Amino acid sequence: MINENGLRVDGRKPNELRLIKMEVGVLSNADGSAYIEQGKNKILAAVYGPREVHPRHLALPDRALLRCRYHMAPFSVEERKSPAPSRREIELSKVIKEALEPAIFLEKFPRTSIDIFIEVLQADGGTRCAGTTVAALALADAGVPMRDLVVACAAGKVDGVIVLDLNDIEDKEGEADVPVAYMPNLGLISLLQMDGSLTIEEFNQSLNLAMDGCKQIYKFQKEALKARYVTIKEEVEECLR
Amino acid sequence: MFFFENRQVVTPGDLLAEGDYVAGNNTYKDESRIYASRLGLVEYGEKVVQVVALNTFYIPSVGDQVIGKIEDVNINGWVVNINSPYKAALRASEALNKPFRQQKDDLTRFLDVGDLIFAKIISFDRTIDPVLTIKEPGLGKITQGQIVKVSPAKIPRIIGRKASMINMLKKETECKITVGQNGIILISGPSPEHERLAIMAIEKIAQEAHTSGLTDRITEMIRKEKGEKK
Repeated sequence: MINENGLRVDGRKPNELRLIKMEVGVLSNADGSAYIEQGKNKILAAVYGPREVHPRHLALPDRALLRCRYHMAPFSVEERKSPAPSRREIELSKVIKEALEPAIFLEKFPRTSIDIFIEVLQADGGTRCAGTTVAALALADAGVPMRDLVVACAAGKVDGVIVLDLNDIEDKEGEADVPVAYMPNLGLISLLQMDGSLTIEEFNQSLNLAMDGCKQIYKFQKEALKARYVTIKEEVEECLR
Repeated sequence: MFFFENRQVVTPGDLLAEGDYVAGNNTYKDESRIYASRLGLVEYGEKVVQVVALNTFYIPSVGDQVIGKIEDVNINGWVVNINSPYKAALRASEALNKPFRQQKDDLTRFLDVGDLIFAKIISFDRTIDPVLTIKEPGLGKITQGQIVKVSPAKIPRIIGRKASMINMLKKETECKITVGQNGIILISGPSPEHERLAIMAIEKIAQEAHTSGLTDRITEMIRKEKGEKK
């Protein structure tokens, strides 16, 4: 999995991220939306709300209800995936929801719901992290007040080497995987999982590497949000000429 | 201490200022630090630090005038959609000038599903949905004109400083323009041509809300359009 030059299956260095492309405001029917390409991952996120809760009895009297649906398209993986939500997708929906929850001022909008839809169009490992990152962008685009953006990235161990941002093969063949969701300005971690086995030292190394990765992705996130404003400004300047 | 320049783009979580400042719109305070809570442009005042958001939704506030659509008729009032996360209630007693008798009066005769109203919010807090009234002068059912929807974040720009923008629009397009704080605007003019011009101008303002010298540019645009028609 790691060649003699110390490079990984896709030619990356151990501490190198995959190529990342993000865009905000891609869907006109949603209140907020975003799209991310991270390596071969292609993920769309849409946010609706705050809006009235349906069914009514789920409404909370003191804060907004945050709902999240992580879903993989049938064509997102090599073998057709049944479109019905699987055990894994239901779990990831919950995990992503809980990673985003502390960043949102839910208590400002009692009796409403904020709905997040994450659609994985093409999957290549690390979709829970990319999904969290893109959902945070969609929330910011929708104008939902947030304490901070949330950005997620994984690190892990492949062939005895601690590596950043694992792809599908590395995730399956490697020894361990540590996804981390992080609020960069507040310095808080809102998701931390581990799959596989690591020594305490290796775990600390992975955690630090993943947080470093988060900080790098955070820069792309900010750029994507600012690009939204810049395009408006450029169009105007174009007209003025 | 400020960490950005005035009118720079900020994203949620950005540390805007530290020290003895007041957290304005779209910001929050943690001890002495002020952070942005929405995407927008930061504005540093003498005391207040605020963010002018790029996109928001409408949260009702007592005293706001809004344009709403009747969604349902109950036995003693109406349910009104005011383009906000909360549905508003309009009681029969806040709409009729005579005492309301449940057995005799048929509420659909006054307002039916799909009708538009210009109303004022008389009460709202975290625990109850907003309540409207249409009993004051200028309020009531909308009978003519066209509707434009913009993001509620753009409403202050459409009105302009000391209503400069809206007064210019009214003068130049010869239309009556009623602005709802919830991002819905009613335009009624002498002809559909005039109304079309006003709608175009408003959409342009919403699109270019964050640029300077907008009032002049819009005036120029309207005059040019009018010139072409003649």
